[in-house]
Amino acid sequence: MRITRVRLISQIFFAGLALFFAFVTQFSYLKGYPVSLFLEVDPLVAIASSIAAHTLYRGLAWSLVILIPTLLLGRFFCNWICPYGSLHQLVGWLFNTRAIKERMASNQYRQWFALKYYILVGMLVAAAFGSLQIGLLDPICLFFRSLSVSILPAADMALGWIYLQPFLYQFAWVTGFIVFFFVSMNVVIPRFFCRVVCPLGATLGLLSRFSLCRVDREEEKCVNCNLCLQRCEGASDPQSALRKSECTVCLNCIDDCPHGALSFRMLPPSSHEKAMPDLGRRRVIFAGVTGLLFFSFSRASGEISKNFRKEVMRPPGSIAETEFLKRCVKCGQCMRVCPTNVLQPAGFEAGVEGIWTPVMNMRMGYCELNCTLCGQVCPTGAIQKISIAQKLGAGEFSDLGPIRTGTAFVDQGRCLPWAMDTPCVVCQEVCPISPKAIVTRDVDVVNRWGKPVRLNRPYVDPVLCNGCGICEHECPVRDYRAIRVTTVGETRSRDRSLLLK
Amino acid sequence: MDRREFLRRAGAAGLCVAGSVLGAAWLYDPRGGADYFRNEEAKKTALLKSYRVERGPGAVTMSVVRGKDPEKMVRAGLDAMGGISSFVQKGDVVLIKPNVAFDRAPALGATTSPEVLRAVVLTCREAGARRVIVADNPINQPEGCFFKSGIQQAATDAGADVMLPKPNAFSLVKINGEVLKTWSAFYQPLDEATKVIGIAPCKDHNLCSASMTMKNWYGLLGGRRNQFHQQIHAVIADFARMIQPTFVVLDATRVLMQNGPTGGKLSDVQEADMLVIGTDMVAVDTFGYTLFGRDPQKLEYVYRAEARGLGSTKWKEQNWREVLAG
Repeated sequence: MRITRVRLISQIFFAGLALFFAFVTQFSYLKGYPVSLFLEVDPLVAIASSIAAHTLYRGLAWSLVILIPTLLLGRFFCNWICPYGSLHQLVGWLFNTRAIKERMASNQYRQWFALKYYILVGMLVAAAFGSLQIGLLDPICLFFRSLSVSILPAADMALGWIYLQPFLYQFAWVTGFIVFFFVSMNVVIPRFFCRVVCPLGATLGLLSRFSLCRVDREEEKCVNCNLCLQRCEGASDPQSALRKSECTVCLNCIDDCPHGALSFRMLPPSSHEKAMPDLGRRRVIFAGVTGLLFFSFSRASGEISKNFRKEVMRPPGSIAETEFLKRCVKCGQCMRVCPTNVLQPAGFEAGVEGIWTPVMNMRMGYCELNCTLCGQVCPTGAIQKISIAQKLGAGEFSDLGPIRTGTAFVDQGRCLPWAMDTPCVVCQEVCPISPKAIVTRDVDVVNRWGKPVRLNRPYVDPVLCNGCGICEHECPVRDYRAIRVTTVGETRSRDRSLLLK
Repeated sequence: MDRREFLRRAGAAGLCVAGSVLGAAWLYDPRGGADYFRNEEAKKTALLKSYRVERGPGAVTMSVVRGKDPEKMVRAGLDAMGGISSFVQKGDVVLIKPNVAFDRAPALGATTSPEVLRAVVLTCREAGARRVIVADNPINQPEGCFFKSGIQQAATDAGADVMLPKPNAFSLVKINGEVLKTWSAFYQPLDEATKVIGIAPCKDHNLCSASMTMKNWYGLLGGRRNQFHQQIHAVIADFARMIQPTFVVLDATRVLMQNGPTGGKLSDVQEADMLVIGTDMVAVDTFGYTLFGRDPQKLEYVYRAEARGLGSTKWKEQNWREVLAG
């Protein structure tokens, strides 16, 4: 069997596996599958989050499984494993109606393909300052996020069987448009995303500098027909000195060479290769400065310090905001696994740094008391792996107390028993804490028609309330709820606590 | 242009004109606003059929069973009422409506006990039911509720099909109650069923004092049911008008004595080792309320239902039995 066939089987297998994991990351199908495996083996997630947080969280050590072979074989991940890369290859193949000459031209290296390295440098500098942004463009994060908050919900709109009840995500259309854009770009430039944008590809490209094996051209056999370019996925110049950093090891060139001049070899002469991408030193510095400026400008806006927003409620187990932003890669796994749809990708409310990080929106769902799934799937520990006992502050965790994500407040101007002489207290009914964190004081009033009415007016006990938000979710005042949860009182940071004790 | 060409073109144009006119006439809607809104509301709503079984005048209407083994208790209670075969016949499709409202373990008493559900499913199967459906529309996330309450497992093990509340399984039904005129209900299982059995846990309730077999039907409704609380007693009484079940089971093996209807602590729960089976929900709930030791007048909805002729609170005057089981 030809090696390119083996590669194709590998691509189909890993793409299938990624789709399978994405699909089973929901309550009814979750059976202990390692659903975040692709994110854990992603070397960029591991490297960038270690740069930001100075630790390598749990499963991220698996990234060595990709990193070490890259040092031997080059950027094989891109064309053998990466599901997002396979998607682009597939689309490029479907729309490839070019004649051979044009095809060869479309696969020629262009200088601006180096953009991805500058993107990587900028993001790593921002990470070093504590703002982890690689998730915006890392293909694995992008792939899973797009599926979770856009493609699967959209598919459910058409098919109706993906969820029991439709799951909705704010700005699903933006995420959807980004996928659509990158996929469409393959029509103009094959594998546009992989060649021009991908910061993971850039990381692996830089690591390939040391790789022991690569495609090698025997100049004696080569007749300079350039046919090796017709299906070159990486645009890596196999017809001249190979650009190791661009070659995605698709090995199509070996198939296509009519003279057998190309082979994948161990330790070929280094005079026939370009080991490093052609980067300008000033440009690299400029990219780094851009990353620094991103950090400074976004922090100067104040959303994560003094001007933090009351809506930015993080899932239970999340670490304090500045630490959170060092770890969250915006992969959307928590939003995918959340059984109530409460976890939503942030827009700008968590600052420009916080785009697509998870926030709880109690109109969409509520935090299920006996559930800690978000922390189980989080690959980087932005949401820590906690047990239910720890979430509730029970047993051995009683010294830590319950994890609070915010506090509920009754709006006496909108609450039916408070403002409108109408009985209600759905909020108290659904409160899952025992004893209930919502208590009522019962008053007997005579309404304007002279009829006696007993009103159970709700109060929130700030010691017991854990900010789960089911009261807000079930409140019958649908548009602007009469009981609302805000971040104050969250236990992940002393700065945002409410009570002295 | 020759004649044939002219006729063809004129004919095509004519057909387009005629098609437009006919299409417009077919779709034309002359209704004013009032007609529009009224018709939408009234369209395709029907009362639920009665699932009640006609039994003789001397039939036992309620049995109170004490015991430790839920399966023996269910069998003994039904036997005292003439056996399951006097309710379920061969070929019936039985809908069982447990209360799976919350994402809670069974020991916390917020949901129907899986052992009781299992026993009822088994007896229905033995009586020859063609299919047993277990359905509820929980308040918490449905899959989590069915999983953690143990109801999913118990139902499937005993040979019943669990039906989860998919949006397309709901449709508007007529209730003609005091407050509820029409409402969105989990209609698909109700439509398919020929017999309906409610199995409700016995729970303290923050607003209506106790949630038992009448309140249990809340879980078959959809829509904006969080508005029910504004007139909770009238609405619960309306449930008795909405549905006439074959019989109901009040599962008082555990009683949630406080912090209802959600509970959350074992100390909120008391073992009462009792089941009440009956054909009159009003009587069953009136009896069940005695377990809380509260002022009987506080359970306003049973008196409202009685006043409307939907049942009787005078269970002592009915033909009831007390049974001891294993």
